[in-house]
Amino acid sequence: MESLILFDYDTMRHIWWLLLGVLLIAFTVMDGADLGVAMLLPFVAKTDDERRVLYNVIGPVWEGNQVWLILAGGVVFAAWPLLYAMSFSGFYLAMMLLLVALILRPVAIKYRSKLTSVKWRQNWDITWCLTGFVAALVFGVAIGNVMLGVPFRFEPDTLRPVYEGSFFGLFQPFALLCGVLSIAMMLLQGAVVLGWKTEGDVARLSKRWAVWSGIAVIVLFVIGGVWIASAVTGYVMDTNLIPANEASNPLLDAKAISAQAGAWMNIYSATPLAWIAPVLGVVGAVLAMALVGRGGLTAVVMSSLSIAGVILTFGFSTYPFLLPSSLEPGASLTIFDASASHFTLWVMLLITAVFLPLIIAYTSWVYRVMRGKVTAETVNDAPHAY
Amino acid sequence: MIDLDVVTLSRLQFALTAMFHFIFVPLTLGLAFLLAIMESVYVMTGKDIWRRMTMFWGKLFGINFAVGVATGVVMEFQFGMNWSYYSHYVGDIFGAPLAVEGLMAFFMEATFIGLFFFGWNRLSKVAHLIVTWLVAIGANFSALWILIANGWMQNPVGAYFNPHTMRMEMNDFAAVIFNPVAQAKFVHTVSSGYVLASIFVLGVSAWYVLRGRHIELARRSMVVAASFGLAGSLSVVVLGDESGYLSTEHQQMKIAAMESMWETEPAPANFNVIAIPNQEARRNDFALEIPWAMGIIGTRSLTTPMLGINDLVEHAKIRIAHGIDAYNALQVLRADKTDTQAQAVFDEYWKDLGYALLLKRYVEDLNEATDAHIAQAAWDTVPQVAPLFWTFRIMVALGFYFIGFFIVAFYLAAKDRLTVSPRFLKLAVFTIPLPWIAVECGWFVAEFGRQPWIIEGVLPTYYAASGLSVADLAISLAIFIGLYSVLALLGIKVMLHAVRQGPDEDPKSPANDFAASAVAAK
Repeated sequence: MESLILFDYDTMRHIWWLLLGVLLIAFTVMDGADLGVAMLLPFVAKTDDERRVLYNVIGPVWEGNQVWLILAGGVVFAAWPLLYAMSFSGFYLAMMLLLVALILRPVAIKYRSKLTSVKWRQNWDITWCLTGFVAALVFGVAIGNVMLGVPFRFEPDTLRPVYEGSFFGLFQPFALLCGVLSIAMMLLQGAVVLGWKTEGDVARLSKRWAVWSGIAVIVLFVIGGVWIASAVTGYVMDTNLIPANEASNPLLDAKAISAQAGAWMNIYSATPLAWIAPVLGVVGAVLAMALVGRGGLTAVVMSSLSIAGVILTFGFSTYPFLLPSSLEPGASLTIFDASASHFTLWVMLLITAVFLPLIIAYTSWVYRVMRGKVTAETVNDAPHAY
Repeated sequence: MIDLDVVTLSRLQFALTAMFHFIFVPLTLGLAFLLAIMESVYVMTGKDIWRRMTMFWGKLFGINFAVGVATGVVMEFQFGMNWSYYSHYVGDIFGAPLAVEGLMAFFMEATFIGLFFFGWNRLSKVAHLIVTWLVAIGANFSALWILIANGWMQNPVGAYFNPHTMRMEMNDFAAVIFNPVAQAKFVHTVSSGYVLASIFVLGVSAWYVLRGRHIELARRSMVVAASFGLAGSLSVVVLGDESGYLSTEHQQMKIAAMESMWETEPAPANFNVIAIPNQEARRNDFALEIPWAMGIIGTRSLTTPMLGINDLVEHAKIRIAHGIDAYNALQVLRADKTDTQAQAVFDEYWKDLGYALLLKRYVEDLNEATDAHIAQAAWDTVPQVAPLFWTFRIMVALGFYFIGFFIVAFYLAAKDRLTVSPRFLKLAVFTIPLPWIAVECGWFVAEFGRQPWIIEGVLPTYYAASGLSVADLAISLAIFIGLYSVLALLGIKVMLHAVRQGPDEDPKSPANDFAASAVAAK
């Protein structure tokens, strides 16, 4: 079987590292918009008709969009089992918080307009809005903690993951900054989508919110960058010491890892081309703000590029780390020692190569079928509207 | 080393979330096909009533689907959250079908379900029908991949243990996909969904007829459900039998426990219809037996003996001893990968490594294990017999009841007397909750019957849990119980509201513009 695999093990690990990035970006672009719309509910919709417009903007697509998260979960499980084991169990209570949001969100969307009672609708509106904030915050805080390093180790004999942090330890100032940045990014994405899909007061207010959240994205992103360069401890691994195509074991003897303040910036001096990512993050947000007034799809594209830029910045900075350990840096998970087997990565790649383009194709078709503005009239006309 | 309270609470939490998840899933599995069938009739005949049927049952489908997805996310995340050593140990194999499920099936179902609801006025009749079929196919493919993953937990094929990564790794993907246990489980499980959805449609329709409402819509729905349900209920039993047969091959302890068969009986074994299992004394206090039946069901022969629990425990002792050899060889290999002698021992006995891990509960250093420890660990391989014995019988009895129920329904449908038999209509209403009991019993037998293993013979459940604290589990369990109780109550409220409201009877409803515009387009 091994002889049929086209790429060597380390190449395959890099491909799956990129694919993980693609999934994170796709999730934030697609589902991030839905979370952003939820967060904007109390700010851009004043009447019940307007609120229903918001629900129905995401109505036909949110179920598909949230599969990006489910898929990302499955891919981390399959391609990076140790990352999945360590992060999901380590961040246990934070994951619970996320799950509460993810359980309540679909229910809120689905149940809200099924009954006409004002109280019923109000309660679900509040719930829906809060699920957006909580989910966006937890995602950002999780990313922030990856950059800070997480207190974990492995039992040497069994490779059993051991986490020694606490729930409140996750909410350090830098991690919170990342959480707020995540909220701002999704608010921007939600606002530009509303600018594109709605009319009247909702569109007008959304465009205003797009500008404010765009400014927040840029300011928070730049502050985060300065913080990382000056005060955040990054990690450095001497990849030359690692034998090529080594079996995945994070307790590799040859691993030499050191912690240094500002190390997450190293890539930008070593490879100036990497600057593309942070520049894209800022320029995308600026263009989204500039173009949102036209109410077209271009602002959505620009905001999406900004999201891609921010996430790529995170990925480039932390390469080759997936999850650094602040407790025992030598136990850190990197793309060289935390992947699935060569064979599993190959099988999964073949399947992904067939189905990812298909997913993109039919998702685009659905957006095309559902094209046009969502208004109070179209909502009242649709037989199954939310 | 491992806090057994955390293990117990983690198991409880997983059972709770899995069983809650499976309240919603089987209805979507079956209802999706019923929707596709109804809409196909609509497209073929052009009769508007079939469109309204599709839309009405589709609304109930949507309410269920949302909660099914929400609880499905919980299921996926819990492997990493509560079973982190499991995730490391078998993620290389188990993760793959979960990821493929997302790529191949769930994405399709979830994307097209939006169009199913919002596309009525925007798609041509045929395009919308295709969308509905894609939702149904996606839902069932989704079940296929999940059951491939679950089937691997019951019969771990296509994988080996890699000493250098300390985990199981996949070496034959085709073996994982075409695992006979997974295939039998898939058909058995989706068929149970077809039965459940058919009973739901029949029961709700019967309620309408008894109330004198929506008679035409209810009558047609009942005819479709009666035919689909009859096929489904036969398939459930046939494939359930196949699952039983395969268990005899791959999970002998599970089948022996389900049958409360303590001693190996001369072939063909007797079948205990009713028994009072006594786990302490390792025998039945009472048993009502049918001669030969068990041997025929379990081995499909008159001469192959079936091993009883006591003999299987003796087998387990041998495997534990071999497992210790494999474990020692593993330690040597980890220090020196070139040791050919250790490699040879490991290659011979690695399949028994999991049995050695059963001992870790009692001794840290396996070489200090005494015969008493080994006996204790071997007895751990016996699941609790009485709950398995009874849940299995409840499931089977319900399965046969459903066949009878659908035969009557089908007969009445053929005679066109469904709507004029009040006794049957009442029976149909009272039958609504029964398939839920059957499917939950089924999962209980499948998963509880696999204990003490999380992966049969490979990884003990207690060994697979995350190193969380009891406080962590107490918090999460309280959240799930609270949240699920509220969701169950609200779900019932919304479902009942939708059922009471009934289908859209107004021909002037905006939805009809679709039919009108479709006509105008021609």
